[in-house]
Amino acid sequence: MSVILVFLLVIFCVAGWWLANQRIMSKPWLEGGVVGALPDNDVTHMPTAKVGLGVLLAVIGGLFALFASAYFMRMEYADWQAPPMPAVLWLNTGILALASVALHCAVVAARGGRMDTTRLALAAAAIASLVFLAGQLVAWRELAAEGHNLRVNAANGFFYLITGMHGLHIIGGLVGLGWTVRQVWRSQTITARLRLGVELCAMYWHVLFVIWLGLFVLLAGWASNLVAACRQLLM
Amino acid sequence: MVDVTPQSDGTVPPAEVPDVELYHPRSWWTTYVFSQDAKVIAIQYSGTAIAIGLVALVLSWLMRLQLGFPGTFDFITPEAYYQFITMHGMIMVIYLLTALFLGGFGNYLIPLMVGARDMVFPYVNMLSYWIYLVAVLVLVVSFFAPGGPTGAGWTLYPPQAILGGTPGGQSWGIILMLVSLILFIIGFTMGGLNYVVTVLQGRARGMTLMRMPLTIWGIFTATVMALLAFPALFVACVMMLFDRVLGTSFFMPALVEMGEQLSYGGGSPILFQHLFWFFGHPEVYIVALPAFGIVSDLISTHARKNIFGYRMMVWAIVIIGALSFVVWAHHMYVSGMHPWFGFFFATTTLIIAVPTAIKVYNWVLTLWRGDIHLTLPMLFALAFIVTFVNGGLTGLFLGNVVVDVPLSDTMFVVAHFHMVMGVAPIMVIFGAIYHWYPKITGKMLNEAMGQFHFWITFLGAYAIFFPMHYVGLVGVPRRYPEIGEPAFMTAPVDNLNAFITIAALVVGFAQMVFLFNLFWSLRFGRDAGGNPWRATTLEWQTPTTPPPHGNWGDKLPVVYRWAYDYSVPGAPEDFIAQNDPRPQHSAAHPDPSAARPA
Ligand code: HEM
Ligand SMILES: [Cu+2]
Repeated sequence: MSVILVFLLVIFCVAGWWLANQRIMSKPWLEGGVVGALPDNDVTHMPTAKVGLGVLLAVIGGLFALFASAYFMRMEYADWQAPPMPAVLWLNTGILALASVALHCAVVAARGGRMDTTRLALAAAAIASLVFLAGQLVAWRELAAEGHNLRVNAANGFFYLITGMHGLHIIGGLVGLGWTVRQVWRSQTITARLRLGVELCAMYWHVLFVIWLGLFVLLAGWASNLVAACRQLLM
Repeated sequence: MVDVTPQSDGTVPPAEVPDVELYHPRSWWTTYVFSQDAKVIAIQYSGTAIAIGLVALVLSWLMRLQLGFPGTFDFITPEAYYQFITMHGMIMVIYLLTALFLGGFGNYLIPLMVGARDMVFPYVNMLSYWIYLVAVLVLVVSFFAPGGPTGAGWTLYPPQAILGGTPGGQSWGIILMLVSLILFIIGFTMGGLNYVVTVLQGRARGMTLMRMPLTIWGIFTATVMALLAFPALFVACVMMLFDRVLGTSFFMPALVEMGEQLSYGGGSPILFQHLFWFFGHPEVYIVALPAFGIVSDLISTHARKNIFGYRMMVWAIVIIGALSFVVWAHHMYVSGMHPWFGFFFATTTLIIAVPTAIKVYNWVLTLWRGDIHLTLPMLFALAFIVTFVNGGLTGLFLGNVVVDVPLSDTMFVVAHFHMVMGVAPIMVIFGAIYHWYPKITGKMLNEAMGQFHFWITFLGAYAIFFPMHYVGLVGVPRRYPEIGEPAFMTAPVDNLNAFITIAALVVGFAQMVFLFNLFWSLRFGRDAGGNPWRATTLEWQTPTTPPPHGNWGDKLPVVYRWAYDYSVPGAPEDFIAQNDPRPQHSAAHPDPSAARPA
């Protein structure tokens, strides 16, 4: 369970830092009705949707941290045999990175009010993500063709399970992205609302890309080498 | 902090809080059925949770009938008994308590108590309920599926959960259970996002975090925990579903069943236990923290006294929330883990008792020399404190490895967790319903029926679970439909078991009086007015009762003080509402500028 515990530690540090900035030392019973010093709302000025997405991403991060924890714990057992990494995963990683970069460009363009570039970048991101999903399917078929089926070994099971979960989250993101694309195509100018939509998509994709990098490292077996190296240092 | 120039009458003009655009329902369907109003969603959540909870209640009668009078009821086969305990436990913990506290009370109280018009993402909130309903329906379907529901125990431990020897293991039962849980978690996450973000972003002007009622702190912290803990159950369920349906071996070791080697091999049942309890222990506090919060408000309001140590209460809630993520393995002392591991988890378990004890002291100190009104909510709150202390004390014993090992899997454990997370939160739920029913409906619940309900439930719960501790100490194991009189038992418990069963039936029927009261009072109850308990928090200050869609009419409330200004010396009434702009009477603080933190 070490991965999830590290993840939780990060979350708790962030939460603790935030709470520490919220006047938790104040004595509310003394400030009642004091004229002239009505505290302003301590609500942040971040858009609510962004806060919401941030919370959702923390939950998604926790989910994958748990999968990683389970992966490490199951790995300790004698029958474990990791399948070979299909080479196409490298390509997929690059493509997902492209999608992330494209969305970053879309954000920059939307902030600058350039409609055409925004549209182009959004479309590029959507296409890249679809290609990524197709690439993941190719990886599955390659593995299956070589006889690395789900049932053969738990390591294979994890491969399909974790990549599948990540793919489902990309599909979920594509629904949101599709909605944003539609809005952008229908509108003449870039409104604040559209800009927010684009920013949300970018945020989601960046985080899913980082999660994918983590999963890639995990599935390729480098993470376990790293852990083993750390253990040796400690022993 | 922004200083605002007061007007001549001493009040501060409301700032221009950007008001939210409300969704305007256009038809009966979107007003009452596919509603996006958090209050309607709250009632839908509560109704569904109570309905499925009744199923769990009936199952507990059946279990008790078997335990009290073994051999009398032919239709309660051992398989059926396992199915009953499993469904009873799972429904009570997840589909009733979690859904009712967070989906029910969370939805109703968060927007009202923080002064918002609604949840921040009403559409997602609506989806949350409908997915929850589907999850419940899937669960109900499993009762009628071929092979019946799963009988794996609410912990669903593999490998037995998906083997042929367990009811539902090789038929539909376990699959439907897992699917239902997965749906529940997805639905809950949607709701949970709303509860958290509404508290973060939706608060009215002046409602700083440290002015929020403890109810909101409890629900907020519990939701954060649930958002982090439920994914562990999700992962466990998905992986088990893979093992069962696709034949992977995540959890399944090599097995021989009925002389036949199964295709599984190498998997780890312990891995499941870790995932399950990484969710399962926080779950206890997911249920307890909202109860802690609500009970603080009930006590303060009905004892007409400010809550003792508000800051400490808030910190304790947050600290308990964080700590409860590092105690999960105290449920696994008998799983063969390393002794140092057990030592670590026993220590964290005992540490968590410290903030919990602080809360209990603060409740008692709030009552101390308070003006205690023995209203129904107060009675239930007192019953909660007593019961929680009781269950908490046995918990301290069980937290120690040496004590837990012999008591593990006995009725003592069953008695312990029923006290601490069965009876105690249920007491709070009842208290909360008696307290907020007048706001929800505009009518008071009938007092006589309420008194009857309270005394039977409170005394009855003790009649059920007190002797059960003894039954466990004598050696009766848990999850056995019938054990006869084996040599290891130090005393016979037949009569005691029959007594417990009768008490359970009586308590169960008392709940029917409560349900009847809910409907009866809707029609014939006394009119409540807007603020029958003369409470300070915002939900009691709405312009109309029951509050309409949008809650506040055309002006959002502005908050001037914390939630606990009861019996302030010199004030004209014994409470000052949170949105009351009057400066505190000078008698309370002779020099306000001296008392005010800079
Ligand atoms: C009317 C009140 C109740 C009665 C009479 C009752 C009775 C029982 C009985 C007889 C068992 C089975 C013991 C065994 O053979 O192992 C049981 C198990 C259980 N109950 Fe209750 N119960 C009640 C309310 C609750 C509530 C409110 C909760 C909510 C937390 C709850 C949670 C559980 C759990 C989690 C189990 C364990 C199931 C398992 O072993 O898999 N019960 N209950
Ligand atoms: Cu626990």
